[in-house]
Amino acid sequence: MTGKKQNDMETKKLTRVDYIFRPDNTCLDTLKKSLRRDRDEIILELIDSGLKGRGGAGFLTGLKWKLAKEAAGDVKYVICNADEGEPGTFKDREILDRVPRRVFTGMALCGYVIGSKEGFLYLRAEYKFLAPKLMSIMAEMNQEFKKLGLDFTLNIRYGSGAYVCGEETALIDSMEGRRGEPRNKPPFPVTEGYLNKPTVVNNVETFVNCTIIMGIGAEEYKRFGTDSSRGFKLFSVSGDCSKEGIYELELGMLLSDFVEEFGDGDTKAVQVGGASGFCVPRKKFNQTIIGFEGIPTGGSMKIFNSSRSMYHVLHNYLEFFEEESCGQCTPCRVGCQQLLKGIEAVKSKQRSSSYLDELVKLAKVMKVASKCGLGQSVGNAFVSIVDNFREEIIY
Amino acid sequence: MANTEMLVKELADKYGRNRESLLPILQELIDERRYVNDETMINVARELDLSAAEVYGTASFYSFIETEEVGKYVIRLCKTIVCDMKGKENVLQAIENTLKIKVGQTTADKKFTLKTTNCLGWCHKGPAMLINDEVYTELTPGKAIDIIESYINK
Amino acid sequence: MINMINLTINNIPVSVEEGTTIIEAARRLSIRIPSLCNHDDLCVSGNCRVCVVEQVGNPTLQAACATPVRENMQILTNSMMVMQARKTIIELLLSEHNADCTKCYKNGNCELQDLSNEYRIGNQVYIDLIPLKHYTIDQSSPSLIKDDSKCIRCQRCVRTCSDLQAVSALSAAYKGSEMKISSFYDRPMHEVICTNCGQCINRCPTGALTERNYIDEVWDAIYDPGKHVVVQTAPAVRVALGEELGYDPGARVTGKLVTALRRLGFDSVLDTDFTADLTIMEEGTELLTRLKKVLVDKDTSMALPMFTSCSPGWIKFIEHTFPDLLPHLSTCKSPQQMFGALAKTYYAQKKGINPKDIVSVSIMPCTAKKFEATRPEMRDSGYQDVDYVLTTRELAIMIKQAGIEFMKLDDEDYDRFMGESSGAGVIFGATGGVMEAALRTAYEIVTGREVPFQNLNITPVRGMEGIKEAEVKIENVKPDWSFLEGVTLRVAIAHGLANAKRLMTAIRDGKVVYHFIEIMACPGGCLGGGGQPIPTNLEIRKKRAEAIYAEDENLPIRKSHENPEIIQIYQEFLGEPLSHTSHELLHTHYVPRKRY
Repeated sequence: MTGKKQNDMETKKLTRVDYIFRPDNTCLDTLKKSLRRDRDEIILELIDSGLKGRGGAGFLTGLKWKLAKEAAGDVKYVICNADEGEPGTFKDREILDRVPRRVFTGMALCGYVIGSKEGFLYLRAEYKFLAPKLMSIMAEMNQEFKKLGLDFTLNIRYGSGAYVCGEETALIDSMEGRRGEPRNKPPFPVTEGYLNKPTVVNNVETFVNCTIIMGIGAEEYKRFGTDSSRGFKLFSVSGDCSKEGIYELELGMLLSDFVEEFGDGDTKAVQVGGASGFCVPRKKFNQTIIGFEGIPTGGSMKIFNSSRSMYHVLHNYLEFFEEESCGQCTPCRVGCQQLLKGIEAVKSKQRSSSYLDELVKLAKVMKVASKCGLGQSVGNAFVSIVDNFREEIIY
Repeated sequence: MANTEMLVKELADKYGRNRESLLPILQELIDERRYVNDETMINVARELDLSAAEVYGTASFYSFIETEEVGKYVIRLCKTIVCDMKGKENVLQAIENTLKIKVGQTTADKKFTLKTTNCLGWCHKGPAMLINDEVYTELTPGKAIDIIESYINK
Repeated sequence: MINMINLTINNIPVSVEEGTTIIEAARRLSIRIPSLCNHDDLCVSGNCRVCVVEQVGNPTLQAACATPVRENMQILTNSMMVMQARKTIIELLLSEHNADCTKCYKNGNCELQDLSNEYRIGNQVYIDLIPLKHYTIDQSSPSLIKDDSKCIRCQRCVRTCSDLQAVSALSAAYKGSEMKISSFYDRPMHEVICTNCGQCINRCPTGALTERNYIDEVWDAIYDPGKHVVVQTAPAVRVALGEELGYDPGARVTGKLVTALRRLGFDSVLDTDFTADLTIMEEGTELLTRLKKVLVDKDTSMALPMFTSCSPGWIKFIEHTFPDLLPHLSTCKSPQQMFGALAKTYYAQKKGINPKDIVSVSIMPCTAKKFEATRPEMRDSGYQDVDYVLTTRELAIMIKQAGIEFMKLDDEDYDRFMGESSGAGVIFGATGGVMEAALRTAYEIVTGREVPFQNLNITPVRGMEGIKEAEVKIENVKPDWSFLEGVTLRVAIAHGLANAKRLMTAIRDGKVVYHFIEIMACPGGCLGGGGQPIPTNLEIRKKRAEAIYAEDENLPIRKSHENPEIIQIYQEFLGEPLSHTSHELLHTHYVPRKRY
């Protein structure tokens, strides 16, 4: 498992922050101000802020925009990835519900910077109930962009129930009317994305952060977080927890502080980063930093107390992946089935406990050999749960 | 469904006839009809100059694009871990007993189809379910039955 | 200027053009990286992951087929991480695959089997998933069998059907563990728009897609003393059969093919090339008739351009996809079916055999011919004109079963009659060949002179370009053909149904004007047919084409109308091209089919 804290690593106290959900009616001022700035200057400021993508993969956002700006082509696209499907994550829904203008402003900024005239919000089908409101705000924003002289139009597209479409190239396939099967990279979307045009795909929260940085400046933003994990982030907290919900916290805290704040006093493990993330057992809470230097997360924090069977948890995750794998690549399609059937066989004593070691090896192969992030991350939960709760899987 | 051809044509006029129009068209067909059958897909394929197999292959990829007949109300109960921990199983049983169907089945009057689904994004308020596009959270068996009954009477 | 990229593979430096993939770069160093989804004819997929390699410094492995080289890349194709992953991936594939190899039709010619042999996969590590799946075997088609339990989801068939053939009868469907290769709603292949071309079979790495074989039926006919079994061999078989029996691609094995067929016990070994020549007589005359009707009689009901009709995959394709263009099709049956109709009439009469006792077998490079033989239109002799169609591959199996040491055989010649052919008949096996053969004859009929190309080789219609065009100016014609004086005959050739579709669309949209068009369903023409030896790629198809043209050049007669048996059959039996008998036996009609 990655993410073990070294002694000299910088950590932050658990600190609540309040930027993301501030009323979003000032966003247009931020946009107006930014449109007067040089595009490269905006990119530099974003890079300087250290903002990394909030979807979980953690690519430097400013750099992504820079690559898309520099990519050849007149037609470019901005896509906001609102296909929030990671188990335990629900912050994007809340953002879109409460401060959609902050998201759309970030998209417009991106459009301005990279030279794109069209942006899409790819909203998962499960959140379709948000659509009427989002569409009316979009229409209003499109008018505002026009008034500001910005040639950029927002549109909406929907998912239809496929977790893998949260992977950016699968999302693009889906928008192109295809099966959401992740593509080979390179080429990356910044050079060949939607309809093979340069495309920036960012998570909802990432666009929000861009708007915030343009508002408060990189200097202010950088006060938050650590060297590797700048800023703050929304955490979706659920499970055996005294106060489930969405919290905006500074990055770089220790998991032990988090558990102290949110746990029910009997926390056995925390799943950081959803089904594709890592399971941290109690004994490692005080060595685990939440951030890119430790365990990065798209925001999913699921807390399990001692009444929970980790076999049950793992089984649930594997069922999820077995269904949600796109099915095209061998390690992921067959690997997920084997992991699931494998733990069932160990549990039912049809296979000996040493078969778990074979499965761990398999999970590690899936991690290095799968085509996309989905298959590559199935092993995270599997290995971390089997490593730390082996007995629970066997007996 | 004699007007299927008309409806698909209208949708193709609205969304365009490029490949990227395929999902928006299928999605609106789902909104209208809850599922797409072979006749509907053939019409879509014809409008978009795709093969029927391509439309079927794409449609069947997406869990929310039903390719077999479903009821007027599709119930999708979240089965992912936190909803599961919060009592999804009891809620499921309550719904099954109320509607007298099992997961995957449709009631005889074609009013309800019961499905389970992956994470709906309401883990902090689980168990959660969708009935068509409508969300219901913090379900208990009793609350779920009340909700279902309100639909029965619709 | 081409940018060169420097990298090392297994510590050996190599410099390749920008855009080259790792798998190609490795090939330059004679390093073979295995792959199951990659195919030279198809776009990159990168889904089987068997080709993963290590890029030093990168924590994840890269698919060598899908990753372009970058400057200073250090690639390891056999590191511990790679070998472990590759072996695991093969084991995973096997766990989802019905690995009952000894009972599999593709036993001995299966890429998955080869790989598991190379990696010495022993006891199954993982759980056998086969019993958990509800696999079906689709045997509905007379041409092919689809067995999902053997499928490894590499999607080569899907890409073949869409990219090469523009048919898309198959698609990936569902996702996750349920993901499968499916026709529309998983309907039987016989009921969907499949053209039976068999290109998917040529590229399937396992036994998931195979020809429906009729080997046992043919053996039974041979063993039946009451039956007179005639066999015809298509032109493209003689330049490819060798690949199955120890020769390199491009070997011409015509004489050994004949000898082997005799040794197998066929009563008469005859040649489809004969009816290829006959096709030229009929189709050439049909073309000239159509031209006359359009140019002289101003008959607007006559459709031009005329399309060739030899390729049954193409026929089914146009019936499904462009039914409005059916009047453009020549009414000529394919050479196989002309042969079949004559075998149970002309041949039977001459031999004094009751046609009901004749079993007519054809050896074809084609799987669509199996379907064609079963069409209800193909019973003009009063019987099913062709009883069994074997692919080149099936014939090779029979030759092996009979213990014939093919490479050591002497060359023998076809039986007479219906065994004589011209070089024009032979080149039917290559894209452009029907066109070339037709021009050799039609031009001479009209002008009384040979076609104005050196040594009769009409090179503009040859080659592997997807759509070819040529023009022949007709001058100094014979009096009967004065309406063609000064006319520039415009022709086009397409092979592979995706190219055919492009050409048909252009014609329908009025963007191009031609008089005569040759279409072959398969890439390269029949020599790249769906019944030909596996593997196939452009290089192999080029070798087979070279062999076809060499065969042509080596024959004493190069023009269909000079084939003495052709002259004889018109004198004795048919009368003249497009005669009443011809129409009865050698021509057919087509059926509009639904695209959906």
